[in-house]
Amino acid sequence: MASEVEKKAVFNAESAKDVVKQLRDSFVAGKTKSYEWRRTQLKAMLKMMEENEPQIVAALRDDLSKPELESSIYEVAMLKNSCRLALKELKHWMMPEKAKTSLTTFPSSAEIVSEPLGVVLVISAWNYPLLLSLDPVVGAIAAGNAIVLKPSEIAPATASLLVKLVANYLDSSCIKVVEGAVPETSALLEQKWDKIFYTGNGRVARIVMAAAAKHLTPVVLELGGKSPVIVDSSINLQVATRRIIAGKWGCNNGQACISPDYIITTKDYALKLVDSFKCELERFYGKNPLESKDLSRIVNSNHFARLSKLLDEDNVSSKIIHGGERDKTNLMITPTILLDVPQDSLIMNEEIFGPLLPIITVDKVEDSFDVINSSGTKPLAAYLFTNNKKLKEKFVATVSAGGLVVNDTTVHLAEHTLPFGGVGDSGMGAYHGIFTFDAFSHKKPVLYRSFAGDAFLRYPPYTKDKLRLLQALLAGSILGIIRALLGWS
Amino acid sequence: MDKFEKNLEREVTAMRECYRSGKTKQESWRRSQLKGLQTFLKEKEVEIFRVLKQDLGKHYVEAFRDEVGLLRKSLNLALKDLKKWMSSREVKLPIIALLSSAELVPEPLGLILVISTWNFPFVLSLEPLIGAIAAGNGVVLKPSELAPACSSLLVNFLPNYLDSEAIKVIEGGPAVGEQLLQQKWDKIFFTGSARVGRMIMSAAAKHLTPATLELGGKCPAVLDSLSWSWDKEVAVNRIIGAKYGSCAGQVCISVDYLLVEKTFSSTVVELMKVLIKKMYGDNPRESHSVARIINKHHFLRLKNLLTDQMVKDSIVYGGSMDEDSLFIEPTILVDPPLQSTIMTEEIFGPLLPIITLDKIEDSIDFINSRPKPLAIYAFTHNEVLRKRMVSETSSGSVVFNDAIIQFVADTIPFGGIGESGFGKYHGKFSFDTFSHYKAIARRSFLTDFWFRFPPWNNYKLELLETSYNYDYFGVLLVILGLKKSRRRFDIN
Repeated sequence: MASEVEKKAVFNAESAKDVVKQLRDSFVAGKTKSYEWRRTQLKAMLKMMEENEPQIVAALRDDLSKPELESSIYEVAMLKNSCRLALKELKHWMMPEKAKTSLTTFPSSAEIVSEPLGVVLVISAWNYPLLLSLDPVVGAIAAGNAIVLKPSEIAPATASLLVKLVANYLDSSCIKVVEGAVPETSALLEQKWDKIFYTGNGRVARIVMAAAAKHLTPVVLELGGKSPVIVDSSINLQVATRRIIAGKWGCNNGQACISPDYIITTKDYALKLVDSFKCELERFYGKNPLESKDLSRIVNSNHFARLSKLLDEDNVSSKIIHGGERDKTNLMITPTILLDVPQDSLIMNEEIFGPLLPIITVDKVEDSFDVINSSGTKPLAAYLFTNNKKLKEKFVATVSAGGLVVNDTTVHLAEHTLPFGGVGDSGMGAYHGIFTFDAFSHKKPVLYRSFAGDAFLRYPPYTKDKLRLLQALLAGSILGIIRALLGWS
Repeated sequence: MDKFEKNLEREVTAMRECYRSGKTKQESWRRSQLKGLQTFLKEKEVEIFRVLKQDLGKHYVEAFRDEVGLLRKSLNLALKDLKKWMSSREVKLPIIALLSSAELVPEPLGLILVISTWNFPFVLSLEPLIGAIAAGNGVVLKPSELAPACSSLLVNFLPNYLDSEAIKVIEGGPAVGEQLLQQKWDKIFFTGSARVGRMIMSAAAKHLTPATLELGGKCPAVLDSLSWSWDKEVAVNRIIGAKYGSCAGQVCISVDYLLVEKTFSSTVVELMKVLIKKMYGDNPRESHSVARIINKHHFLRLKNLLTDQMVKDSIVYGGSMDEDSLFIEPTILVDPPLQSTIMTEEIFGPLLPIITLDKIEDSIDFINSRPKPLAIYAFTHNEVLRKRMVSETSSGSVVFNDAIIQFVADTIPFGGIGESGFGKYHGKFSFDTFSHYKAIARRSFLTDFWFRFPPWNNYKLELLETSYNYDYFGVLLVILGLKKSRRRFDIN
């Protein structure tokens, strides 16, 4: 009884301050800097994944009814890959990078040294509660920082599991998990961090950035947006449809930041596209998708109510052409397709984050770009299915988003050589692979100058000759320098 | 203020329309604007020297060295490398991503707000502008009202050389700054104090606007006991050049204070006195080579640093001040109290405290017990000390055997850390700071992995796992049914 009461102790600003102080002491003592420490932690995290996959899958099933394959592949396997990549590349990432020097600082040499930022805060989201918590942590460890992780309280089973696992496998004097909701997060945000990495929505992101501003703390904000899919005609329709389905309903039943949010296609092609969807959806999820074990549920009743509201709006409910079945008790909504909802409807003005897919039709496929750009916000991702080279080029040139994919959806997330992040309302900063290491590092330039070769012309007394020499020197022109030295310019 | 606000909103909306038309994205537009800046610097050079003398008392050679010359160099580089900077970068993909390709494409962010400051009114306004233009953005520049002649020159003449539909210069003080911050920008680039930096970032948070904050701090110089007289002279010249020779120490990367060993300190002080005389003559004010303090407010601030008796007693050279001409002569102090304001706040003036230590290695702890500065300068031949400086301290940058010169090097990024700011620029880093590197992944319809799609089973799980591992042999084994699943739990 007594220990349970202890566990429920309030985590307030004092507690947050203590945690930060403890981590800062560890960091200043140099614990996290060594190659060996980073390696040990990364290896431990890998072991943590390997030894606890069933528990992780069970927690994700509790929190999200996530199908086991999605948990194993999109959370555990991706994380293991991150750890393996970091372990393989760590030495290389930690090495200083030689920088060129120019004539103006001759003689000199320079390098850029990666150093850890210090004590960092990672706040993650509920939809991929394991991946979005630990993937940034992998990079933060690789970069040599001390870390506090605050997982989302909306996925409580995973959050509790993370507390346990991190305490058992990782160095708890340098890496801590703090569970909690708004009060605990606020307490953490009052502290001074060397970086805050936040994954979530724009509303909370503003609060995080405002809190960071008080301490001049730089931030990475991984947000979302309405990721559009443009579907052209004369494509391999079956493959395209499957890829859209995989990106939409195959990713946590549409509750993913880079899920295809809505489709734009031509009036002529729309019905063909809808038929293809109906066919493939049945193939994937059967005739009775409410019973399918391969779809995540809606995370909680709040979101279920939110999504229901989107469907029930006037002029929208009549546009449902497939699906729309709901099961309130089990928090399930089946894959739902809507055709030509009004542009000013709720469903077209907020990020859907659920299994509803509106299709907007245009006269010519080129008109899609205006539809996307008229929203005035930049999404996290944008997708195009086409074989038309010119359309591909126009897409890349006119659509601004975090990342673009042609002829597929969401795959760029798995590619660690591509930086993953948003722009404008979809966020700032990027990560994955070396980009995570960079996000948690200070790239410190070090310039080595020699005592030889001092440019006396830097110093007063200032004369016209010095001016001429300086002009030549700053222009980096050897001839100019010679001329000036000889008094010829 | 209401009228100004309405006008501002209208102007920003018009700028957004202009940006949306795609004009600023064209390489030809960017080139024409950069060339316009070149012409501005060439045609208005005499004017620029005049207003810098008027606002800050800068000698024209100093003005060239620190402002005009630097900008010319940056423009040459930007024009030379623009095509290269604008080109997309191919990204390697693993073999399993058959018939796929990926690249990173730099694109402009949109509308940039550049707020600059008074000590280097041209370089701190135009260097970010160069980067923003090279990256294809529209820009609003607000120069500092504390350097009014310079600000007027920029407002009145710069638009004649640039496309005023996409690039605007707006004059004003904090009230104007506040109005500008209410608008939505795609990036804010701010140079100034940490206090204002916090306000800027808070305002940016409302629109989720990313920011680069170039702030300041107390940049220490560590002077090891050098034995060769050539080295000693060069080191001291570079220190006093950095302190007194650039805007009279009113520089974010000035040498704020100096750390030396007790046994070396009197040598240093004596050498400094000799070299200061050599640079500035017997009457530094008459040499016109030491800039003025910007205004009365800062003059009084600096004067107050010396009112404390113990601080006053530590002055070993200089100390004379003339309020009418806002002139403070090069001043040296030895061991003022560490809690005095001169040792806790950024000095930003021609006063150089020298702190003596038992061993030079103590400088590392001394530096680490204070907020992270924009730069650390260390003059030493000692390899061990150098390595420790780099790995045991944290600062925007580290320079060995020189000071301030890192500002000129466009192959290394320039920016702060912690209290000294975040983000970086100069050279290509300026272009990057004002760009979004958009990831593009292209796939073919021809290759597809059927095991990507439900309905799910253990077989697909094994294939996916081996694929993600790039374990090509493993994939083969799974297909041939030779790889047993290690999983014990049921698929559902």
